[in-house]
Amino acid sequence: MKGLLVLRNSSQLFIMQLEVLITRFQQKDASAFEMLYGMYAENICGVINTIVRDEALAQELCQDVFVKVWHNAASYNSAKGRFFTWILNIARNAAIDEMRSKSYKNQKKNLSADSFVGILEQVGNADEATTDVAGIRALINRLKQRCVEIIDLLYFKGYTQKEVAEELEIPLGTVKTRNRSCISQLRESLKK
Amino acid sequence: MDIKEYIASGILELYVAGQLSEEENLKVAEYAKTYPEIQTEIEEIEASILALSKAVSPKVPLSFDVFKQKIEIDESSEVVPLKKKRVNAFWYVGWAASLLLTVGLAYLYMQNEALTSEIKLFKEQSLYLEKQIEEARNSLARSKALLENLRDRNVEVVPLGGQEVAPSSYAKIYWNKEQQKLLVDAQGLPDPPEGMVYQVWSLTLNPLTPTSVGLLEDFTADENRIFELANNNSSEAFGITLEPAGGSASPNLEQLYTLGTVSG
Repeated sequence: MKGLLVLRNSSQLFIMQLEVLITRFQQKDASAFEMLYGMYAENICGVINTIVRDEALAQELCQDVFVKVWHNAASYNSAKGRFFTWILNIARNAAIDEMRSKSYKNQKKNLSADSFVGILEQVGNADEATTDVAGIRALINRLKQRCVEIIDLLYFKGYTQKEVAEELEIPLGTVKTRNRSCISQLRESLKK
Repeated sequence: MDIKEYIASGILELYVAGQLSEEENLKVAEYAKTYPEIQTEIEEIEASILALSKAVSPKVPLSFDVFKQKIEIDESSEVVPLKKKRVNAFWYVGWAASLLLTVGLAYLYMQNEALTSEIKLFKEQSLYLEKQIEEARNSLARSKALLENLRDRNVEVVPLGGQEVAPSSYAKIYWNKEQQKLLVDAQGLPDPPEGMVYQVWSLTLNPLTPTSVGLLEDFTADENRIFELANNNSSEAFGITLEPAGGSASPNLEQLYTLGTVSG
């Protein structure tokens, strides 16, 4: 299945190469965009939620992000990175901009303090029946605290390596290798 | 390049995070294209981040329909509608072209089918005509041979007249004495009834002695009604009688159809 994705629409099962899908999306094919949206919307909203810590606001921002994605389709270049990474960047920037705006100025300090673990705990309390969330929660609990921190900063908060090194007070060279080992742990636990 | 070492360096994790410089990104993308292992690794890293980010997503699912309306409204109120129009034109032209292509292909397919069946028909016709030509050739060869036989100097023609049983019937015998061969032209004889056969007799007159020359077997088989028989008798006359199938030892004179004497 390398390079192939199986997408389930409301009625149809599509097997289409991601590249083809993205190309069509860039040609402003709304149905291709709908599929991509189906693939990434939840994740992107999740990332935004780790930053803004407000589900309703996260939803709203998430929509804005995808509108932006739609209008800036032409600026994506597959030679420069993953499609997901591209949207991830747009989402992080939008969320961080929002946090830096007046209304959240006071809470700015808290931005880096909390990680996604907090949200998982909230989600878990609100809806204990959601098994896959419970599963993820279990695996997050298995992740070491230093892994939670580094993943949260690099992927969800968009910190650069240098910023991460400063934040966590570790040598710059360690960021890359520690992150590698943490992602490996995450992948291992996902397999189980 | 040591792929394993490259993967172990952690650069791919940073690539997915979007934390590399533009230059580094280009390099990674290039390697991913060249080495399937690297591509797979990137996809798996991405999948783990996707799983994690999904878990922290707001629980109210986002419907694309609402969203679609939003982009459509944005689209229609866009300041630069030129771009959109061009895209739409491509969209329609694309569909029109594909429709045209489909119709064209269907038309060509049908044409091809029609031509194929026509070719088949022509082949059958030509086969039939070849057969006819072959038959005509054979018939011509037979006629030529016949004519040559009749024109032979040694051939004596003996006309046979109709007798009491069948006054209107007639026959001709062409007798090549040298080759001791008879050609019986039985065109003037009616088709024999089922189970009966014409028998040709050689006669000597004084005293009247009939000798069987042969049967006109399969009477209707030859359209020309020409029969070849051997005759080594010094015949003075010929007669043809109707006999039961297989022929008789002596002629049934009540069924004598035609009779004729050798002139000289």
